[in-house]
Amino acid sequence: MTDTAPVPGPPPPTGPAPATRTRTGPRRFVAPALMVGPVVFFAVFFGYPVTAIVARGLRPDGEWELGHVGEVLADEGIRQVLWFTTWQAAASTALTLLLALPGAYVLARFRFPGKRLLRAVVTVPFVLPTVVVGAAFLGLIGRGGLLDDLWGLRLDTTVWAILLAHVFFNYAVVVRTVGGLWSQLDPRQEEAARLLGAGAFGAWRRVTLPALLPALAAAALMVFLFTFTSFGVVQILGGPGYATLEVEIYRQTAQLLDLPTAAVLTLLQFAAVAAMLGVHGWTVHRRESALRLVDAAATDRPPRGAGERLLLGGVLLSVAALVLLPLGVLIERSLRVPDGYGFAHYRALATTDTGTFVVPPLEAVGNSLRIAAVATLIALLVGGLAAAALTRGAGRLVRGFDAMLMLPLGTSAVTVGFGFLIALDTPPLDLRSSWLLVPLAQALVGVPFVIRVMLPVLRAVDDRLRQAAATLGASPLRAWWEVDLPLVRRALVLAAGFAFAVSLGEFGATVFIARPDEPTLPVAIARLLGRAGEANYGQAMALSTVLMLVCAATLLALERIRPARSGEF
Amino acid sequence: MKRTSRRTAALALPVLLGTTLLAACGADSDDGGDRNAAENDTVTLVTHNSFEVSEEVLALFTEQTGHEVRVLRADDGGVMVNQAVLSAGNPQGDVLFGVDNTLLTRALDADVFAPHRAEGLDAVPEEFQLDAGEWRVTPVDHGDICVNYDRAWFDEAGIEPPQDLADLTDADYRDLLVVQNAASSTPGLGFLLGTVAEFGEDGWQDYWRQLSDNGVRVVDGWEQAYYEDFSGSSGEGDRPLVVSYASSPPAEVLYGPDPDVEEAPTGVSTGTCFRQIEFAGLLEGAENPEGGAALLDFMLSLDFQQDVPLQMFVHPVREDAELPELFTRHGAVVDAPLTLDADAVTENRSDWVDEWTNLVVR
Repeated sequence: MTDTAPVPGPPPPTGPAPATRTRTGPRRFVAPALMVGPVVFFAVFFGYPVTAIVARGLRPDGEWELGHVGEVLADEGIRQVLWFTTWQAAASTALTLLLALPGAYVLARFRFPGKRLLRAVVTVPFVLPTVVVGAAFLGLIGRGGLLDDLWGLRLDTTVWAILLAHVFFNYAVVVRTVGGLWSQLDPRQEEAARLLGAGAFGAWRRVTLPALLPALAAAALMVFLFTFTSFGVVQILGGPGYATLEVEIYRQTAQLLDLPTAAVLTLLQFAAVAAMLGVHGWTVHRRESALRLVDAAATDRPPRGAGERLLLGGVLLSVAALVLLPLGVLIERSLRVPDGYGFAHYRALATTDTGTFVVPPLEAVGNSLRIAAVATLIALLVGGLAAAALTRGAGRLVRGFDAMLMLPLGTSAVTVGFGFLIALDTPPLDLRSSWLLVPLAQALVGVPFVIRVMLPVLRAVDDRLRQAAATLGASPLRAWWEVDLPLVRRALVLAAGFAFAVSLGEFGATVFIARPDEPTLPVAIARLLGRAGEANYGQAMALSTVLMLVCAATLLALERIRPARSGEF
Repeated sequence: MKRTSRRTAALALPVLLGTTLLAACGADSDDGGDRNAAENDTVTLVTHNSFEVSEEVLALFTEQTGHEVRVLRADDGGVMVNQAVLSAGNPQGDVLFGVDNTLLTRALDADVFAPHRAEGLDAVPEEFQLDAGEWRVTPVDHGDICVNYDRAWFDEAGIEPPQDLADLTDADYRDLLVVQNAASSTPGLGFLLGTVAEFGEDGWQDYWRQLSDNGVRVVDGWEQAYYEDFSGSSGEGDRPLVVSYASSPPAEVLYGPDPDVEEAPTGVSTGTCFRQIEFAGLLEGAENPEGGAALLDFMLSLDFQQDVPLQMFVHPVREDAELPELFTRHGAVVDAPLTLDADAVTENRSDWVDEWTNLVVR
């Protein structure tokens, strides 16, 4: 598994090779052709619905009423909300990167028992309903929580609770986005730098960091967008005193039905997100270059020496504190029964004879898996095509396309959900009560992940490999199949895991879509938590634990879709 | 090197494709296609996440009328009503259930409903018939949003639990009450409206100032208030008073360790209750108006009405509907609930909530 032969083929680039792309002949049309699918998808399922709902707000009676824009923007409260939204997102992003980058490194470079399990476990927070996560965090950092018991320290209703919860949710974003590329960078380059006299940190800074930068920027961008549109976490852990733009849009749309104000706020959100995308584009522009990629299985090794073991230990400890502890609180509560501990809540989930409503949990598992499988497939298809198109083109058009595909991450879920309702309401697009709308809405959030995970790797593929394939007579499709696919397989698996978790956790607009009566796991949890009674609470915790297990098991299974012997490219 | 990548693909592709196909087939066979393809013997009921009904009772409806019921759920009542308003005239289903008196005027003003006078309405007291004469909506159930107390806590402390809203500002009850954010939670809003009903449009602000001084805690939603802050249910919380429902004590008994317990672990301060009435209506532009009308009639039948308490933990509107023993033994009797005119709520709700937010939260 590890005795990788040196790469046959073109000589390894000595530094980052200039990403020159001479496009001649039919290849010029490849990028636009690949873009058609994703563009149509986004136009129909994002652009059109969001435009419809915003237009409805700005033109209530067929006349543009733009005076309202000024009123909303002049509101002192709105400006405070915008400021808080932005700085908490920036702080959350910085903290997440700080805490998760060592994790990404360890998972990319070290071999240790339980590594796959760890990678699956850090993704589990992604799928948990915020109410449940809120309960777990309150159990740790709230009154009577662990910190309170030990040191009398309480963080609830402070911004620290919000930031920590954001790290909890987004740890996997960094590990998966950055770790994916990191594990495929050839460690020998860094080793060469060290042989030439560079220190450990210096070699990392000069050799590895520049190569990682696109993935790093992508991870930062996604964490920022996610925390920028954070909703439940802010409300539950911060308390009603904290409000993000997302909270305000939700209130104006879902509760007050004040569409004019909601429309202005949505545009404000777009402007902020667009600015962020601009910064991101500027950061990675011209930084992406062909890298020498190797098989991930060949780059990891057992930690050597005290320093590396210390690093591994530190990462494991931080994961335990940040991720495992909150998850453990939920498991502990699911096992708590009136007379001690036991599996009574799990047994209650397995029977439906309590006389009243209980969603048969197995049915909910089936519904969740089915919808998530479809959503993952849509996200991989659309995201994969888009990433392939983005690899082949540069230029302004392509960069705009790239930014457009990120917008759903930074758009309020209620805007998209209500947009679906008023836009997709006439045949042949009357999908309002179709089950397909649910995976479609989830794919909208999954696609940006797929692109951001795959793109840094795809762009790093040396174009000369493709050119060599073409010279040998391969069609573009064949070249992609033989050159790109083997190199991005690892990224593909990581991206699929993301898209799957996004769907399993009911991310995004799905909450705002009325749907046929096929409860998924998060919906069933919400219904259990929505009624009084100690047993309902216990069962909700038990079902949350089931959701974690389903998520972890599927991610582990996903990672196994690869042959036993690899690394021959 | 070719061989390996081919083999990977050969392995991965069938797995992926198989999953999709299975998924797609499974979904289709469960679902019965989208609404346009549905047969006209299907009635689509648009409702919220708290709607529940026994399978036997739904089967009875199908038996009696030949119509199958398909349930379409929105996340909560507010979202559901707004969705109905936005799709007025081209609705998502045939019948909407779950619009309450605080949202009623918004729905009626948007011409969401077509009139239908349901059979069985004669058995419903007039106080519930808020649209009598026009019959655009039919009352189906009612409940009360009230302060609940933790019996064991008050027994131990040796003080009497509060009876009404005015009591809550007593020094005896300092730092004991947890309420929900009126801007984001239905019971939170209901409790605020109750204080408006009690102290008047110009008096409630003063009452809330006193509540604030007396240490009221505001949290985001019902789940958090009831399970994480209230001491009487899951046992996680430290506050013995919480805004919840008059039917929460029966639920605590049914879902507690011992369903035959003498007394529920929680009680209701019956002088703090705000009345909530839930309505159903035939949606204007429904594809199956005949089936929808039949479903409305059925919702007022004794079969449905007597199913309501144990399914949704609310009271039936029919006077002659029998309550289950759980409710007669452990349910609170609310003689004089607080009410507000539905039009006044629609008109002022946003201002009241803003004012409340500035007063209590910020």
